[in-house]
Amino acid sequence: MVNYPRWAMILTIVVALLGVIYASPNFLLTSEESEQATGVLPSKQMNLGLDLQGGSSLLLNVEVDVAIKELMESVETTVRRELRRSGDRIGYTGLRTQQNAVLFDLRNITDSDKVRDRLRNIENGFELTDTGGGKFRLEMTEEEAQARRQSIVEQSIEIARVRIDELGVSEPVIQQQGAERILVQVPGVGDPERLIDLLGEVAKMTFHLVNEEVSLQEALNGNVPAGSFVRFGPEEEGRIPYVVRREVVVGGERLVDAQPSFQDGQPIVSFRFDAAGGQKFGEVTSQNVGVRLAILLDDEVISAPVIRGAILGGSGIITGRFTVEQVNDLSLLLRAGALPAPMTVLEVRTVGPGLGQDSIDAGKIASMIGLAAVIVFMIASYGLFGLMAAVALLFNLSLIVALLSFLQATLTLPGIAGIVLTIGMAVDANVLILERIKEETRNGRTPISAIDAGYRRALTTIIDSNLTTLIAAILLFQFGSGPIKGFAVTLSIGILTSMFTALMLTRLFVVVWLRRTRPKTLAI
Amino acid sequence: MFKLNFVPQNTKVNFVGYRRFSYPFSALLVVASIALFLVQGLNFGIDFKGGFLIEVKTEGPADVSELRNTLGGLGLGEVQVQEFGAPDDILIRVQQQDGSEGEQAAVIAQIKGALGSQVAEYRRTEFVGPTVGAELIESAIWAVVLAIGAILIYIWFRFEWQFGVGAVIALTHDVITTIGLFALTQLEFNLATVAAILTIAGYSINDTVVIYDRVREELRRYKKMDMDALLNLSANRTLSRTFMTSVTTLIALTALAIFGGTIIRDFAFAMIWGVVIGTYSSVFIAVPVLLGLKLSRESLSAGLEEDGSSKDDKAAETPPEK
Repeated sequence: MVNYPRWAMILTIVVALLGVIYASPNFLLTSEESEQATGVLPSKQMNLGLDLQGGSSLLLNVEVDVAIKELMESVETTVRRELRRSGDRIGYTGLRTQQNAVLFDLRNITDSDKVRDRLRNIENGFELTDTGGGKFRLEMTEEEAQARRQSIVEQSIEIARVRIDELGVSEPVIQQQGAERILVQVPGVGDPERLIDLLGEVAKMTFHLVNEEVSLQEALNGNVPAGSFVRFGPEEEGRIPYVVRREVVVGGERLVDAQPSFQDGQPIVSFRFDAAGGQKFGEVTSQNVGVRLAILLDDEVISAPVIRGAILGGSGIITGRFTVEQVNDLSLLLRAGALPAPMTVLEVRTVGPGLGQDSIDAGKIASMIGLAAVIVFMIASYGLFGLMAAVALLFNLSLIVALLSFLQATLTLPGIAGIVLTIGMAVDANVLILERIKEETRNGRTPISAIDAGYRRALTTIIDSNLTTLIAAILLFQFGSGPIKGFAVTLSIGILTSMFTALMLTRLFVVVWLRRTRPKTLAI
Repeated sequence: MFKLNFVPQNTKVNFVGYRRFSYPFSALLVVASIALFLVQGLNFGIDFKGGFLIEVKTEGPADVSELRNTLGGLGLGEVQVQEFGAPDDILIRVQQQDGSEGEQAAVIAQIKGALGSQVAEYRRTEFVGPTVGAELIESAIWAVVLAIGAILIYIWFRFEWQFGVGAVIALTHDVITTIGLFALTQLEFNLATVAAILTIAGYSINDTVVIYDRVREELRRYKKMDMDALLNLSANRTLSRTFMTSVTTLIALTALAIFGGTIIRDFAFAMIWGVVIGTYSSVFIAVPVLLGLKLSRESLSAGLEEDGSSKDDKAAETPPEK
């Protein structure tokens, strides 16, 4: 081990210096300078986790089942319409939905061919099977179900992104996690309530005509006419009931713009439809003057103005008892579009900027003091060799910082704890070697022979003990969540860099020292 | 140059002989830990229990009872309000709410609305729903069990089964007593604690492996030495390293506990305990337990031929002074 080929020396020095160069942006540049920097020198800084820079992290579950159920309901409606096609009705019974399939029985088996004809291409990815005796089953294929579920999650991510972008925050992270979850991380946003509000709302807007032909009282008693349903106004306004026609006049997907505005000093939302939507809106309003038009947002009647005349040109306003903030949010949600499925907030973690900065400061102080104390202790215990180990420790730290910056791994508060812990444990490999050299010296070996044996014999121990710790760290990464992952990352990197510094860098110092001084005895 | 020498040279501590004391002591610790865990239980944080945690700063020293009254009036069930490191730093814990998961998160807005101007700054807001809480418990248990299993397999592969089992006994001892410490002190048991436990596992195994490595080496070198003496010799020869590494790690952890801030303090505290108990178990449990596992030279013979130490090694050997 005292043989240290020239190429290995050069390689070790290069790696150590690269560490210093790649770590330097974290100490020399401000974060703005780091982002703007160009040129050949590395300028990347460590990524700070939300717990250090402040910000909000939300874990959301996309309720895909709700959307799939809606889809199945609409397929069932289509099947009913097709079977009842006027002029050529097919008799059936027991039309129902079971999970991903619509089932029905024919009254007359001879209609089988006609059914196959009509329902064959009714919806993409559905298969029609005749289970015998006039029993039919229209089922969504497994692949189609998978594809639709994934696409619902992807659409949700897109819409969440649009909504969050409207907040004007920098670099939000919005990514899928597992099959049906979305992780949203927004740096700098200290109050999660607004995010919860923005993402928790489906914001599906539809326009319906109010059914003025029945009395409200009768409908509330349970006599709701076919093709209508009862919907209520907002809770704050006393849940006023309306009998509303099911048919959607125009849906929110036809909106091209929505903006907050004022009318007579009241906050309102003004909106504009696309061409097709505007045309339909114009037709319906011109034919229904005097009838109320109910605007439903997520099945709640937010406003039901009387149609005073044909609304042509495709734009209109929504009035109601809104606050300024409410119209701002509503127009934002309408612009971004409806979510394909509701989302449930599973987890929220927010750290204010004050606490983040405090944590960084505390982490810095703890690392500095820990480092200083360990260095003093090492030099006091091992003298010159302790000094070598201490210098190697400094390079070790810069390598950790360099790797974190280079890999753009996220540094979290537990990650800082991992670094401080590494300071303590990193000297272990050096201690193992130095203790072994001491022992071999006591056994009467010459300095060169003792150092050689010390390194050689400590080698397997160092590898075994570090690999076992690495196993624990990797499992921590695999099973840990969020900040814990950050701890596992710094711990793993720390294990690797401390093996390098002990086996290559301190050894380099020792070998150079040996060659220069050719000592007769070892003062260790 | 003046140098400290904490561990004298050529110590002859009879680690194996002390098992008369260390075994009953450790058994007591383990039994007490399990009993405390069953009787007192752990003070689970919201990571596992679900619920809300809000850290706030107030203008001047906080009026804890007023805050408690305000929040108690919301009908949110159990609400804890306590000082957190400073009189103007307050930690509020609210239990998980009844009703569907979807409505839970809205409670944050409700709490903030009620607190109004009593609070100057929101430092931390956390909510963990029941689904995530259950998953976090599950993955934490998996992480600990798999880590222990993987370490067992690794040592088995690198050494012999006796070493693997011995290391896992020591390791399990450390993990159980750490959990016992949390049950005793009722310090909050959260995700960071699990990270601490896994790191303790890693540290403890590190310590044990270093000594075992030496046992293996000495077994090959002294073919006739009595097993008790050989185990003691190995533990003593590595004692100064065991001590030095524990001290440097403890130095770093103490810095973390004192200066690292309130959030990291419990973590550092758990780790300090882990280093102490891990060091103890490495020498007083992991080493003597090899005797009970009937470790013999025969079980190592397979590795001997291929991996025999070089001649140059043997030349410089001096037998231990008896």
